[in-house]
Amino acid sequence: MAAALNEGRPEDVMRELPEVGGTETSQGTTVQQLTAETMIINMGPQHPSTHGVLRLVLELDGEYVVSCRPVIGYLHTGIEKNTEYRTWQQGVTFVTRADYLSPFFNEAAYCLAVERLLGVEAPPRAQVIRVMVMELNRIASHLVWLATTGLELGAISIMLYGFREREVILDIFEMITGLRMNHAYIRVGGLSMDLPEGATDKVRDFLKLMPGRIREYEELLSGNPIWRQRTVGIGHAEVQDLLALGVTGPVIRASGVADDVRKTEPYCGYETYHFDVPIRTAGDCFARYEVRIEEMRQSLRIVEQCVDRLEPGPVMIEDTRIRWPAELSVGPDGIGNSPRYVKHIMEESMEALINHFKIVTQGFKVPAGEAYQPVESPRGELGHYVMSSGGLRPHRVHIRGPSFANLQAVPLLVEGSLVADVVASVASLDPVMGDVDR
Amino acid sequence: MGPAELAEQVRTRFPETLHARGEVTVTVAADGLLPALEHLRETEGLKFDFLSSVTASDWPDLDPRFWLAYHLLSNSFHHRIRVKVGAPGPDPRVPSVTGMFPAANWYEREVFDFYGVVFDGHPDLRRIEMPEGWKGHPMRKTEGMGGVNTQFKGAFIPPPDQRGV
Repeated sequence: MAAALNEGRPEDVMRELPEVGGTETSQGTTVQQLTAETMIINMGPQHPSTHGVLRLVLELDGEYVVSCRPVIGYLHTGIEKNTEYRTWQQGVTFVTRADYLSPFFNEAAYCLAVERLLGVEAPPRAQVIRVMVMELNRIASHLVWLATTGLELGAISIMLYGFREREVILDIFEMITGLRMNHAYIRVGGLSMDLPEGATDKVRDFLKLMPGRIREYEELLSGNPIWRQRTVGIGHAEVQDLLALGVTGPVIRASGVADDVRKTEPYCGYETYHFDVPIRTAGDCFARYEVRIEEMRQSLRIVEQCVDRLEPGPVMIEDTRIRWPAELSVGPDGIGNSPRYVKHIMEESMEALINHFKIVTQGFKVPAGEAYQPVESPRGELGHYVMSSGGLRPHRVHIRGPSFANLQAVPLLVEGSLVADVVASVASLDPVMGDVDR
Repeated sequence: MGPAELAEQVRTRFPETLHARGEVTVTVAADGLLPALEHLRETEGLKFDFLSSVTASDWPDLDPRFWLAYHLLSNSFHHRIRVKVGAPGPDPRVPSVTGMFPAANWYEREVFDFYGVVFDGHPDLRRIEMPEGWKGHPMRKTEGMGGVNTQFKGAFIPPPDQRGV
């Protein structure tokens, strides 16, 4: 049965399975031979520690994992297919839902790819705000990782702390974009609207609050004997094997590879920000935890620089053939087009009205071509491959979700380990199933 | 090495090299795919040793109809290249690259699932996202989106391309 399950593994990364429970008895037979029956169990898709709907088919010999086969697809929502039926601008609202813990990264990658096809660039203020919301989003995403991983390994208090601070970030997002998740805030050509009054103050308050809180997490976990027992040396894999399987992000940086798209192929002006790429070399769950904690600190550094360099200016390109024809403001009944803009299109300019309806209902054309835009999401290289046939809709949008590639490494991490460590190993990859299945 | 220089260097070996918008695209024939990837991975100064993604697109009016795109990255030099391969429909086949890049395993399964492209030599070519019993390949342009039946009598929400505006 083991052979049947192992069929179809890439040969390069197949490891020799350890002789689990194979101690010799006095008769010369091994315990393995006496209890040759292995047990197949399903972990998931509704298991609380599988980060959504991941299903692992585990072949167990007692407490040890002989083989592991991840089964995905339970959260496939056809986001890529859907974008082919919507206008270019509407695509943002679809891709933002792929990796629901880091929506801004999906939006940014998609918009940067479309902007490259269009040959336009968002204004400087929009670029700075994009970086700011992305880095805040990275902290929020890592906090969810910390919280859920803590919960899965039995550290309940860190779960409460992680979600507590994430709530502060989501409040900021709600203030800026109107939504806590799936913002569709970054648009082709810029942003849907400028920062509201008081937003930077709120971000500054957060910058004061957060360093102490990160210290708290470290004091709670780094020296904690139970946390260390559950993570140190667990989920280790050789760095060449991880690279061969396409693993990126904090997981590969915890194995000593200093790859970060923000540094190697900067976008949105990342080359002008000062920040470090944290590296660890142990390549186990604990190293991944350390990398993520350090990344939160670096993100705070970047957010601080963003707030300092915010200059007044437009947040959407001027080209009326592309720009979203709106001027949003907050009225007594919520966010909507400002009275000034409504007066302009309804009373002053027939052309403005025609343009408004043309852009909103029909959209704009994008020159034929293809673009691949990688960004560094909290989970690794998120790449949007966008193809245009010159029409009003994308011909193809492919999302290279980092979780999809990282999840391929699960068998590598867990085969030969204890069942309990499967939870730690899977959690250390930080898979988001929306990103995997799309 | 910038994309322009990269394109120059690659063009000496692959005449169909395109440099556009800062990205380099190489088009090869299906039987030349494995040697091309081998060349890009092993050549000094190129070293494309990391496979970012494999995906496909469907162009019903073109021949070949299906176009595979392999996005490669060099871990040493941090430059990227896209290798494109055409596969004629309706029964498209290309060689699998899983032997060279184990990361391709799931990506090729996904392309098989969505587009019906068969990867010769893939160790485990099964559906990955769609249910096992699914008929057809949903990302093909010939397959529509499908609407939604609602609980209300006779009410049906048509797919987005058939809704009246």
